[in-house]
Amino acid sequence: MALVQNFPFLSIILTLSGGVICSVLKGHGARKYSTFVLCTVLIGSLLTLAHVLSTGEAYVYMMGHFPAPWGNEIRVGILETMMAALFSGIMLLSLMGGMHHIFEDTEDTKSNLYFTLVMLLSASLLALVYTNDLFTGYVFVEINTIASCALVMIRYRSGKALVATVRYLFMSLLGSGLFLIGITILYDITGHLLMENIAESVAVLFKTGTYAFPLSVVIVLFSMGLAIKSACFPFHTWLPGAHGNATVSSSSILSGLVLKGYIFLLIKIFYRVIGMEIIFQQRATNVLFIFGVLAMIVGSIKAIQEKDLKRMLAYSSVAQIGYIFLGIGLGTEAGIAAACLHIIVHAITKPMLFTACGGFMDVSGGSKKFSELQGAGLRDKLSGFAFIVGAMSMIGIPFFAGFISKVYLTTSAIETLSLKTVIALAALAISTLLNACYYIPAMLVLFTHPKKEPVSVHPRPKAMSLSLWMFIGLNFLMGCFSQPIVNAVIQGIAMFR
Amino acid sequence: MAQLFVNYYETVAMIIFSIGFTTMLLNRNLIKKIIGFNFMDCAIYLFLACKGYVEGRKAPIIVNGVQSVEAYINPVPSGLVLTGIVVSVSVTAFLLALTIRLYYRYHTLDIEEIIVLSKKEED
Repeated sequence: MALVQNFPFLSIILTLSGGVICSVLKGHGARKYSTFVLCTVLIGSLLTLAHVLSTGEAYVYMMGHFPAPWGNEIRVGILETMMAALFSGIMLLSLMGGMHHIFEDTEDTKSNLYFTLVMLLSASLLALVYTNDLFTGYVFVEINTIASCALVMIRYRSGKALVATVRYLFMSLLGSGLFLIGITILYDITGHLLMENIAESVAVLFKTGTYAFPLSVVIVLFSMGLAIKSACFPFHTWLPGAHGNATVSSSSILSGLVLKGYIFLLIKIFYRVIGMEIIFQQRATNVLFIFGVLAMIVGSIKAIQEKDLKRMLAYSSVAQIGYIFLGIGLGTEAGIAAACLHIIVHAITKPMLFTACGGFMDVSGGSKKFSELQGAGLRDKLSGFAFIVGAMSMIGIPFFAGFISKVYLTTSAIETLSLKTVIALAALAISTLLNACYYIPAMLVLFTHPKKEPVSVHPRPKAMSLSLWMFIGLNFLMGCFSQPIVNAVIQGIAMFR
Repeated sequence: MAQLFVNYYETVAMIIFSIGFTTMLLNRNLIKKIIGFNFMDCAIYLFLACKGYVEGRKAPIIVNGVQSVEAYINPVPSGLVLTGIVVSVSVTAFLLALTIRLYYRYHTLDIEEIIVLSKKEED
């Protein structure tokens, strides 16, 4: 076993223990330590990715060397390591982008706890990505829930943030309750918790036709539970409050990464636990498809009506999650690949928009209302530039990241050749138009000269400039040289079976 | 119908689950919401635990040397229940802490009132 193969397990342990260590450090020490851990995880994930790409096959890492039906395992493939690298990298950039807000928004003696939560969140995201055991998945889903809710709640001065946390937490708990009962029923009918063993039993059950009804109930429970947690359309009501009222880094992390962790788990369950053939035959994907289409339209319309920049971005997330569910709902391998691409694209774009929004708030007296933000793009030019890049990417202009995933969504929709093709293409067209309808007015507001005198401007922290430049660079890189990433995603999905 | 009485553990678990589910979603009082959440989780643990139980067998604790596999119940669901209880305890603690903060701020436990009050606040 090569040394680098140990790294996925090590990164989970490193981040988990990082949470403990950060809780006893002072604020700035915790900041340094968490940055160090995230850098290490990023480098390690990239090394593992290179290793998996060169060997061309996934491997299973046994915990404590107990073999398959008894022990706990993590599984490392191309897609998993890509997601791990993406999550740790974006986490790092989001933290850097909103660092000064973190210290303003938390209580002075408790700013180290923010980094504790970030470490726990990273650990749970990594574990969700890598785990090969459903119950471990559930435990880390709950850790993820607590950490992400606390990231909203930690902005203690705002009553709205507290209320948003309550809503977010109860919806999340509902979701994880449904997920847990799904696992329970699945364990009852298969007798296993490891994904491969379940998949074998499920295939046998499906062939013989026994327990057909419980099996469909399980599929519904998994899809519902994880759709609630990833804010799919009818369950999105908690999202704008939570993402709109949190501190800048929290908003970036929650919209860019936390939602994606759950969706990735759902894709993994579809592929590796239930098996894609069964999912297609049960028509579970059709429901997700309809939810996705509705989310794309409703989210965009709600975003047009918003008078608050952060809430507008949050509603835009609802629409973008709709794109991802549309890709999954197409029910083809190409559709899933497009959904994975959109996960990546949205994860590198939305945090950039939120970070830029933090920059605008700095130069507009801390307000996020459009009426106060007039001309903010001129006062903070780099944030303005980043906002333009992000908006173009979300609308889907060529040479920006968003274009790539939209192209693949469209082509996979065309390949389906059914009623879904027409609906998906129409939804994509309308939603692109609607995206332009709220991003362009927002840009116009940000770049018109204000009537009143601007408030005093203090210099932008270096970390934030660096993070914005990195985001912009990533966006162009993804937009112009996407082919290797696309190939890796397709290879990674093929590896799932 | 007869199956509901044969599998009465599961039936009771599902009834408790729906009671907890509706309380958590529909009740306006935050404390009652939390109680509803605990009902919901406990129902799942009941369901899980009774799935591991086999009529007439003992808990897998070795007293007089290992007997045959037929002598013991399935211990895995019990382990899962324990893990689940730990999770729900920590979530409950977090929810209660959040409730305390909200109560200090708004002096009420009614979530609808709290939402109305928070909307009036400046950011």
